[in-house]
Amino acid sequence: MNSVFSNKKAIMIFVLPTLLLFCTIVLIPIVVSAYYSLLDWNGISKGTFIGLDNFTQMFQDPRALKSIYNSLLFAAASIFIQLPISLLLALILASSVKGEGFYRTVYFLPVLISTVVVAQLWSKIYNADYGLLNTMLENIGLSSLAQDWLGQKDTALAASFIPTLWQYMGYHMLLMYAGAKSISQDIFEAAKMDGASRMRTAFAITIPLMKPILKVCLVFSVIGAFKVFDLIYVLTGGGPLFSTEVPSTLMYTTIFGTYQYGYGSAISVFIILECLIVTVLINKFFKIE
Amino acid sequence: MKTAEVRLRKKTTFIRNIIIQAFLIVVAIVQIYPLIWLAFFSLKDNSEIFSGDVLGLPDKFLWSNYSKALSDGNVLTYFFNSVLVTSISILLVLILSSMTGYAITRMNWKLSSVTMTTILLGMMVPIQATLLPLFMVLKNLHLLNTYWSLIIPYVAFGIPMAVFILGSFYKGIPREMEESAVMDGCGIYRTFFSIILPLVRPAIATVAIFTFLSCWNELMFAVTFINKESYQTLTVGMMSMVGTYITQWGIIGAGLMITTLPTVIIYLVLNRQVQQSMIAGAVKG
Repeated sequence: MNSVFSNKKAIMIFVLPTLLLFCTIVLIPIVVSAYYSLLDWNGISKGTFIGLDNFTQMFQDPRALKSIYNSLLFAAASIFIQLPISLLLALILASSVKGEGFYRTVYFLPVLISTVVVAQLWSKIYNADYGLLNTMLENIGLSSLAQDWLGQKDTALAASFIPTLWQYMGYHMLLMYAGAKSISQDIFEAAKMDGASRMRTAFAITIPLMKPILKVCLVFSVIGAFKVFDLIYVLTGGGPLFSTEVPSTLMYTTIFGTYQYGYGSAISVFIILECLIVTVLINKFFKIE
Repeated sequence: MKTAEVRLRKKTTFIRNIIIQAFLIVVAIVQIYPLIWLAFFSLKDNSEIFSGDVLGLPDKFLWSNYSKALSDGNVLTYFFNSVLVTSISILLVLILSSMTGYAITRMNWKLSSVTMTTILLGMMVPIQATLLPLFMVLKNLHLLNTYWSLIIPYVAFGIPMAVFILGSFYKGIPREMEESAVMDGCGIYRTFFSIILPLVRPAIATVAIFTFLSCWNELMFAVTFINKESYQTLTVGMMSMVGTYITQWGIIGAGLMITTLPTVIIYLVLNRQVQQSMIAGAVKG
């Protein structure tokens, strides 16, 4: 029996191809990226080793700082706007309202659509002259508010956050809904017997018991904000005047637009570190509580 | 007194339900109307989009936008490429991860838990961090502008999640299943392929759906590793199409609809399974 399940040859056949592929494509490139980030390199000539200069440059580059600031704003907006809305919807749907399944299906639909399509769609919605948003504003007599949402420095960042909110709200809603549904019904019945109101039940019982899934949502939304690329790349390309620039779009233009391979790699290393630190911090925070 | 109280409570419940339903419906409209609006303008011509009823149904349904997008806009090529890249990626992810997940969770060897940890580490890696090194490797191997330049990374990045999901399913299978198979004279391969694999069919479906969504919608690798139009996938194709047909919204809309419809159809058919696969992907603890 044991000889069958510790058949060395079979284990090799089952594991080795996967492990080789995974290491070459996922793990080793990260080490390589870290190495590139220490070079002054344009991709053509040989790179010269410059230590941490790329990182120093990054923290003095107003464009890079702006991009980090923007991604922090994105993260904050996800935490304080997107997650509360998702939580509210999840709690309502989990309390067995009429049409529960239908609403869940509809809210979740945008999650599955390619971000390229979402970005194109919203750029049409925001179109200054014929877009859905301005037309609607005109129809309800608020034509003074109509403007070029993506074309102006002041509104562009907020306008690029809305599609993310729209697209991923349903995802967090679904995760939280699953979390709420997995709580034993007995607890709710006991609360009802004790005369706890719905509000009270939600804050004193449901939400505390949903902590594991809330942690997952928090990690996902913050990391998602740090990694955001597709949407910004298609919607604004980082403009106007870098007002919607995020680290990943900056990394992309630095590498493939201006051929600063070393500097671009430094930004990509920064993105990994950022994600790693935030995951650790959130895990720590939830343990302390 | 009692009945009045009951009646009052019923009344407040009734009103509360109406308010909740109204709220849910408003959110539903916000979530779904942009997509309906997209479907509408994919059937309109420019003059109607720009000066007609922006919000509502098209006057005449211009199905020609779709045929134009398919023929002139190359959407058919993009569509074929997306189908090809996505289906090969799904197949390879399933083959590799089902075997690896099995060896890690059910077979006895010293390094199994180290291997699992290493692979799960991959779930935390942002793909941005590997973009440039992968670009250099693919360039040196002359794989840029081939289907493999997308399939290989898609498979590699799909593996962690797949091994995780399949692994947790394997763990739930009772040992006796394997023991009796071996008693009956099955070798390890036979046990795996004809006893175990059929048992984890739901997990296989979950992984397939998950891999489909991430490959079908991927943009960063697709835009970096491919610049020949004949190999572009739908996401990249859509970007270049918008550039070409910048003033013809109807055709762009049709292209966007063609990109989106397969996903929506799969979702509507496999609703429950899709939602479960997204949940399974998240709750890795």
